[in-house]
Amino acid sequence: MDVLDLARWQFGITTVYHFFFVPLTIGLSVLVAVMQTKWHRSGDERWLRLTKFFGKLFLINFAMGIATGIVQEFQFGMNWSDYSRFVGDIFGAPLAIEGLLAFFLESTFLGLWIFGWNRLKPGLHLACIWIAAAGTVFSAYFILAANSFMQNPVGYTMNAEKGRAELTDFGAVLTNKVLLATFPHQIIGCFMVAGAFVAGIALWNMMRHPDRDADAFRPAFRMGAIVLLVSGVGTMITGDFQGKVMTEVQPMKMAAAEALYEDAKPAPFSVLTIGTLDGSEEVFKIEVPKLLSFLGTGTFDGEVRGIDSLQAEYEQKYGPGDYKPNIPVTYWTFRAMMTTGVLAMLAGAAMLWATRRNQIPRSKWMLRTAIVLPLLPMVANSFGWIFTEMGRQPWVVFGLMPTSAGVSPSTSVAEVATSLIGFTLLYGVLAIIEVKLLLRYVQKGLPDLEPPTDPDDADAPLAYAY
Amino acid sequence: MDLTTFWFITIAVLWVGYLVLEGFDFGVGMLMAVLAKNDKERRVLLNTIGPVWDGNEVWLLVAGGATFAAFPEWYATLFSGFYLPLFLILLALIVRIIGIEFRSKRDEPSWRMRCDAAIVFGSVVPALLWGVALANIVRGVPIDADHEYVGGFFNLLNPYGLLGGLVTLSVFLVHGAFFVGLKTVGEIRERAIALGLKVGVVAGALAVAFVVWTGFDQGSLAVWILGALTVSAFLVGMASAVAGRDGRAFAGTAVAIALLVATLFTGLFPDVMPSSLDAAWSLTTTNAASTPYTLKIMTWVAVVFTPIVIGYQSWSYWVFRRRIGVHHIPV
Repeated sequence: MDVLDLARWQFGITTVYHFFFVPLTIGLSVLVAVMQTKWHRSGDERWLRLTKFFGKLFLINFAMGIATGIVQEFQFGMNWSDYSRFVGDIFGAPLAIEGLLAFFLESTFLGLWIFGWNRLKPGLHLACIWIAAAGTVFSAYFILAANSFMQNPVGYTMNAEKGRAELTDFGAVLTNKVLLATFPHQIIGCFMVAGAFVAGIALWNMMRHPDRDADAFRPAFRMGAIVLLVSGVGTMITGDFQGKVMTEVQPMKMAAAEALYEDAKPAPFSVLTIGTLDGSEEVFKIEVPKLLSFLGTGTFDGEVRGIDSLQAEYEQKYGPGDYKPNIPVTYWTFRAMMTTGVLAMLAGAAMLWATRRNQIPRSKWMLRTAIVLPLLPMVANSFGWIFTEMGRQPWVVFGLMPTSAGVSPSTSVAEVATSLIGFTLLYGVLAIIEVKLLLRYVQKGLPDLEPPTDPDDADAPLAYAY
Repeated sequence: MDLTTFWFITIAVLWVGYLVLEGFDFGVGMLMAVLAKNDKERRVLLNTIGPVWDGNEVWLLVAGGATFAAFPEWYATLFSGFYLPLFLILLALIVRIIGIEFRSKRDEPSWRMRCDAAIVFGSVVPALLWGVALANIVRGVPIDADHEYVGGFFNLLNPYGLLGGLVTLSVFLVHGAFFVGLKTVGEIRERAIALGLKVGVVAGALAVAFVVWTGFDQGSLAVWILGALTVSAFLVGMASAVAGRDGRAFAGTAVAIALLVATLFTGLFPDVMPSSLDAAWSLTTTNAASTPYTLKIMTWVAVVFTPIVIGYQSWSYWVFRRRIGVHHIPV
């Protein structure tokens, strides 16, 4: 493997891994804030215990998110220095603004929330978690602004002398149509993750320990399941909108998602293909006529471009080369994203049905589903990102810079291999630690409430402290 | 003042913020190994930085992001060039975060010992390597005509760079000890200050040597003056610690670190990364910078939001201003 392959693997591994924690952080911060708000308003101590229970799980997850997030910011400079030189004028700004606007808010107000239980007035303490939650959403917006520029460059001009893209319209970067489509899809996707997480864990606790706090876990379960279902519908609607934008600005990505080789009008939606996906005859496939036309263009007769004609067009425009992304990866990740998302919704609906009228389900299958449920939307989110990033290939900035041109020219195979192996091993160990910790706290159930302490006592125990 | 100079100063200020703030929490992390006698004392140490260390670390992320946005060439050359040290720093910071956050999530002594080791490792490595990196940037490294670093890893481990690393390492330890002196009561406070003073003698000597070396290297009057002020501030901090003035002692090391960073950046200007091969190949505030338009946007964002950030970060220090007692820390 050369530096390019290693750098790509490193980016893939570190980013997908980091992204396991991001959607849960964003969604769960809001759900925990809602739980605390319910306690604040009603005085119902079940919500306080739920806040502390899910708050602890949230913090374990958040720690992993920040630990793996630091790598992301420096990786562009380390492995992709020519990319950084090329787009720094545009790409750096949202990254810097993310830090200044979002990370400071998250870290400072989470610190206040964790350590402030007995120190701040209840209303102020509640505000802290809401502000931290808002910080996570700002963060998503700016990082998606940076990514959307890579999918669909806007608001720039090329400076041939300096060999770089330069910013001409920051407003255009912040209102990129890809950003406006991706941001809602992603944020709502985060709520699917958090909803499934809360619902699955609450149901598991109700089923395993029906005599222990089932009356407290029940409202949490309902809240999680409803958030999952509503946001599931939301991701479908926003995903549909995003598909139309994608067909317009990155037609090759849509063609690759469907393994559609020839232009088609109307175009069928491929449910499943068993075969080679290389454009030769498929062995077996299931299609829904005209559906792809609707998804891509909004009408049932719209034309969807195929891989072969786009390849020919790009060769004319950009010179000889292979402008196709990896078709099997894009085809299957696109399907895996939708399938796992829909499965999560079906599971959530089945659970809501099984718990109607204060019932606690008893079947082994329901228990297994409760265990798998939190993973489904998380996996769907990851597949979505693998799809969208792999679908952009061979470009790092679509139409402007091939990925191979962005890699650092001065780093050696040994250096990149060292860091790739180092991060992968460390991340592997951390995964085991994190999963074990989460399971441990899930099994512990709701914490008991401690009596309130005197806020003026210097020796008062610090709630939630280290 | 043009915007490139403004952003050079802003990035210097971000590094000042980062090293002054995370400097003491690195120091506290290192003290876990040498000051605390038992689990309870280690928890007290950790709780002194508990609400703030994560916010301190964000200064680094903003410094990195601001460098990317304002001086992309600098960002690209620096982080691809200093590849392995940066990798080690990142590894250390990850391990440290996990150590701090997960330490009290389990009760087994073996688990806590491993977390303590992670925190100490994660504090020592960056405290040393940031100094090595900064010293090398100021000293100049082999950069070719394409602005690529061609020096390899061991080129960074020269005497001046290593001295810089030892200065940050030892000064952060003193800074952390004085912070613990400020934030705790009783016996642990006294031991922290005593240890800080002992290490402080070594740190002071190293700092004097480093400042003099930098002065001769850079040869500018401003560097000499700032270097002298750095050492004076450190001495004021030490004297205040002897006198039992905890706040002033901590302020002394804080100002010393700020002035040390200022000394280095003053020596650097108007370069951002001088080439030791040919001065014409150096990265400067102008040839490494973004366009005026990008800098203008960034300036507006910084001018509006930095005071807000400083405001609420100060407020969080105010909320947790009280000293931490040891009696109720659960075993």
